[in-house]
Parts: sequence; structure tokens; C-alpha cells
Amino acid sequence: MNKMKSVVEGQLKTDVPEFSAGDTVSVDVRVVEGGKVRVQKFQGVVISRKGSDISETFTVRKISGGIGVERIFPVHSPMISNIDVKRRGKVRRAKLNYLRKLTGSKATRITEKR
Amino acid sequence: MRGLIGKKIGMTQIYSEGGQAIPVTVVEAGPCVVTQVKTQVIDGYNAVQVGYGERKGKHSNKALDGHFQKAGTNAKRFLAEFVPVPDYDYKTGQQFGASLFKEGEYVDVAGTTKGRGFSGVMKRHGFSGGPKTHGQREHPRSAGSIGQASDPSRVFKGMKMAGQYGNKRMTVRNLEVVSVDMEKNQILLKGAVPGAKNGIIYITK
Repeated sequence: MNKMKSVVEGQLKTDVPEFSAGDTVSVDVRVVEGGKVRVQKFQGVVISRKGSDISETFTVRKISGGIGVERIFPVHSPMISNIDVKRRGKVRRAKLNYLRKLTGSKATRITEKR
Repeated sequence: MRGLIGKKIGMTQIYSEGGQAIPVTVVEAGPCVVTQVKTQVIDGYNAVQVGYGERKGKHSNKALDGHFQKAGTNAKRFLAEFVPVPDYDYKTGQQFGASLFKEGEYVDVAGTTKGRGFSGVMKRHGFSGGPKTHGQREHPRSAGSIGQASDPSRVFKGMKMAGQYGNKRMTVRNLEVVSVDMEKNQILLKGAVPGAKNGIIYITK
């Protein structure tokens, strides 16, 4: 197992902020367009974190123009330049898949953690 | 030499410079010791025999001990022959490791697949099975028809049926060498290789 860890050691990010399901995050994604790199933001609620070590991913959900949009990001991907935790939410589940069925701003509201 | 004996350590993923996640298998390549050099004149064909892994004394016999003594090494657990590079002077006792491979090269990997025992057609051949409802009694995982009627009046050879699945030598061809770590004798191959973790594999160029 240690032999496996040493392979990916150099690629693991050490500056990943602590966040979990229910938090609102803003993810800076590097987009390569015609040889040029620009940063695109994706802000929404984290509805799940899964996997461990280098293969860990998290899902961010936002409502864009009335339509739910979800993106799955690998935590340690070099294409993610920054993760900004905007708000810490108080939730009672690790996976917030129930949000997909809810509509309206009141129903999908998550109270802030104090 | 065109190959080595190695060991599968496990699978993980790494990110390329472009940010893509590449699935890789971590493989311990060698160190392999040359135990015998076979030549056209003496043996009728050219080959390099190498050994890998430690063999306990109680698992050895006099014939094997003598063979390894001749090569000047301790007893090895696994032996294999590989095609030599022409005009290269191989000597017994010589060691080869991960440095044999270069980044970007393509290799073939042979190993023994995981044994799944006597398996049915759904697991072994990916059949769909039969219907689960509408009055079925014994059909959910059955194969269905295995042939025609009085003509030909027999079952054709090679029909896909239940039987032993796995625990069989298999070769995966054209796996890319993603990186080479000469210090640890480790190489990363893109994709999966046959067998379980710690299984012995044969890597050839």
C-alpha cells in the first residue's frame, strides 16, 4: 500500500480547504481555449463528496436559468486552481441527493452553520 | 532483452500535464538476474533466461541449486525466457530493472487472471439470462437454446456455456509506459493488467 501512496504523493494538493456537503463553494476551473488558459468560476452547493486520496471527487449543484446544473470535480485535479468556501451549511446528510427533487428557493434553502 | 518478470502492485490514477486523469497500474519491474544465456549453437535458439523473487531453501532441490550456483546468484522463485537484443553481450548474474523501459513506450503484459471458479454464462460470457417473471420457474440465469433441431442433431463445438472462468494466462497488448522510477524499479502502465495484486506478470516490449 505504501508503494501505491508514493506514486501519487507528489500530485496530492495540500492546500485544499475543508468543506463538506451543504457548503456553498466557488470553484475556479482552468479552461483551455485555443491555446489560451482562462479561469471559469462555478458556484453552487456541494451535494456530495466521494472517494479518497487522488481519486476523491465532489459534486457541485447550482440552479442556472431555472435549470439545475451539476458538475463533478476531482479534488486534486490540476485544472482546479482554487476552491473558495463561501458559506457553511448545516445539513444532516452526507449526500444531498434530495435537493434534486425540490424546487423553489424556500425548499432548497440550507441554514448556515453557526 | 525484450522483457522482464514483474509484480502487479495495484491500480490508481495520476493527472497528466493537460489535467486529464490517467488510470495507471503500478508495476514492480524486476530486479531480474540473468541465470542462463541460450545460444543458437548450444541450445538451438537464442534466449536470455532471467530469475525474479526469492526462493526459500525448502522449496529448492539440488538440480535447481546447481543451476543458480552456476549463474552466481541465490535461488530465484520465478524463471522466464526472453528474446535477447542482437549483438548485446549478456552475462549470467547481470541484473536488469525498470531502466529497460522508457516513457512513452508500448509493452505487452501477460499474467494469470483472477480465478472465478465454475461460473455460469451470465458472469462468464455476459449473457442476459432469461425472464424473471411471467410464470418462469428456473430460467433467470439460464443460457437459453444451444442449437437447432434434428438437423444438425448435435451441439456445435465452441458453444458458449458454463465452466471454469479465470485462473488462466492472458496477455494485454500495447499498454503505454506512463512513467519509470529507476530507484524503486517501478513503472506505471496505462490501463489494467491481468491478475490480482502481488501477482506475477511478464512484461515484453
